[in-house]
Amino acid sequence: MSTLAPSTIDLASRLDREAPAVEVRDLRKTFRRRDRKAGRFARKRPWPALADVTFTIARGECVAILGQNGSGKSTLVRLLSTLLIADGGEARVFGHDVDREASMIRRLVNRVSVEASFFKKMSAFENLSYAARFYGMTPHQTRKDIPEILGRVGFPPERRSEAMENLSRGMQQKVALARALLTSPVLLLLDEPTTGLDPRSKLEVQDFIRQVRAEHDATILLCTHDMAEAESLAERVGILDRGRLLFLEPVEDVKRRFGVETLEQAFFAATGREFEAEESDDDDDEYREVFA
Amino acid sequence: MSEYAIEMRNQLVGLFGIVERNVYLTKRYFLWDLAFMVWTIANTLTIVFIARSAGLSSAAENTLATRLLVGATIWAFLGIIFEFMTETVAWERWEGTIEYTFMAPLSRLVHLFGQGAYAVLYGLIRATILFFAVAAFIGIHAPHANYGAAFALLALGSVSFIGVGIMTSVLPLISPEKGAQLGFVAQGVMLAVSGVYYQVSVMPEWMQWIAKISPATYVLRGDRNSIIYGTGLVWADVWPLLIIAVLATPIGLAIFRVGERHAKKHGKLKRAG
Repeated sequence: MSTLAPSTIDLASRLDREAPAVEVRDLRKTFRRRDRKAGRFARKRPWPALADVTFTIARGECVAILGQNGSGKSTLVRLLSTLLIADGGEARVFGHDVDREASMIRRLVNRVSVEASFFKKMSAFENLSYAARFYGMTPHQTRKDIPEILGRVGFPPERRSEAMENLSRGMQQKVALARALLTSPVLLLLDEPTTGLDPRSKLEVQDFIRQVRAEHDATILLCTHDMAEAESLAERVGILDRGRLLFLEPVEDVKRRFGVETLEQAFFAATGREFEAEESDDDDDEYREVFA
Repeated sequence: MSEYAIEMRNQLVGLFGIVERNVYLTKRYFLWDLAFMVWTIANTLTIVFIARSAGLSSAAENTLATRLLVGATIWAFLGIIFEFMTETVAWERWEGTIEYTFMAPLSRLVHLFGQGAYAVLYGLIRATILFFAVAAFIGIHAPHANYGAAFALLALGSVSFIGVGIMTSVLPLISPEKGAQLGFVAQGVMLAVSGVYYQVSVMPEWMQWIAKISPATYVLRGDRNSIIYGTGLVWADVWPLLIIAVLATPIGLAIFRVGERHAKKHGKLKRAG
């Protein structure tokens, strides 16, 4: 993967060599939103998306944060992507504060979210070119690098010029992975990258993440509600429940601590609730705030 | 290469990326653009035909028709700039790419100026086609026209229009549902106070004061004079545009930054649905 790194981006000089990849301390974020059941004209009330979340991720580590819809996973990813400003606490990426040094962090981080998010009338090649330009990649570079990375994610060459709207969800997600890796980020944020994919596409994407882990020295934060995926990909697993990080440990330590055999049972032991039965009235933490 | 030089180079590549993206989209939506062009021409004809029904002498009718055509062309040109700028956020929110664009290491100035630069280029092409198509259809004669001066003034005014457009582009960030429409309100108000089809002097005095800070006032006045009377670049039209051009972009950028921070605090910097 290192061959894909744009020669113009000197990431090494931007890293604090002593600092962990991610350092989050007492991070808080609260949104205001209406209770859906209380009706359209009900008063908005505070809704804590993240409550005093603290953790660190070492360089090169792959960490999974598990949580249901509305648990705060996307909020965490968006805070680390400099798309949100926290209400309290601090978050640092390679020693740089995500709020005060946002422009520095933007060169270091990329992400894949649950929605593939592309210009639908544009082709995979055009969308990737557009994204790559923001990271200083010239047409000369992308003419070589885009076909190469699309090949690596198993994207058929004959469909590179096809509009994104004609591609399946699985194909789109592969292009999203290619987009994130094209800029050779040192921190990769994966926000439910396999949600909604068919089983085959899901396995292909997971295999590719493993491949990236094996060949590239990127640090990965994987947010998912798929416990099996978290267990198979990550070195440490945490559970985010209603904005609170219950733990972040190697899977075996979690099971040992709670005296259980599965992460589902660990979730039950930690919260007293079933993981799947949890009410999830929102796909997204701040949806109502946006359309208020 | 020094770090500063690398950063400058990267920002220029990013600027190219914005323009390149818009070229791709224009190619994809070419038929829609064609339909929109027909609509704009029809709309302009409805305005310029007013001159024919005014019962004036042939020369006075030609002057009035030219005046109306210049106004309608500037309206269409400005409409494109405001549409591109105001929709900068709205389009990306709709397509779902907004988060990727705003987390990319592209300076906001380059991002917004790139969008504005393409809007100016695209708007100039459309305005030129519109002007000559309607002039030919109505039979407008402009024997003294100084198109070079008119074009130069429009180009100079465009820098200010981009700055004002940056100010309005913040609206969809603050109000995802209604922000884009508010941008078009700003466009309409700007042209109304700038004397789009009439002299500024016919408006109430308080409107005339507002007209002084609108770049459209000087572009409309200068372009009318250039096309009807063949006037060259007049300093009285140029210096206000220079001042507004210098001030509008930094002010627009500062306003956008405040709006972006507000959006980040309230979780509004995200895709729709």
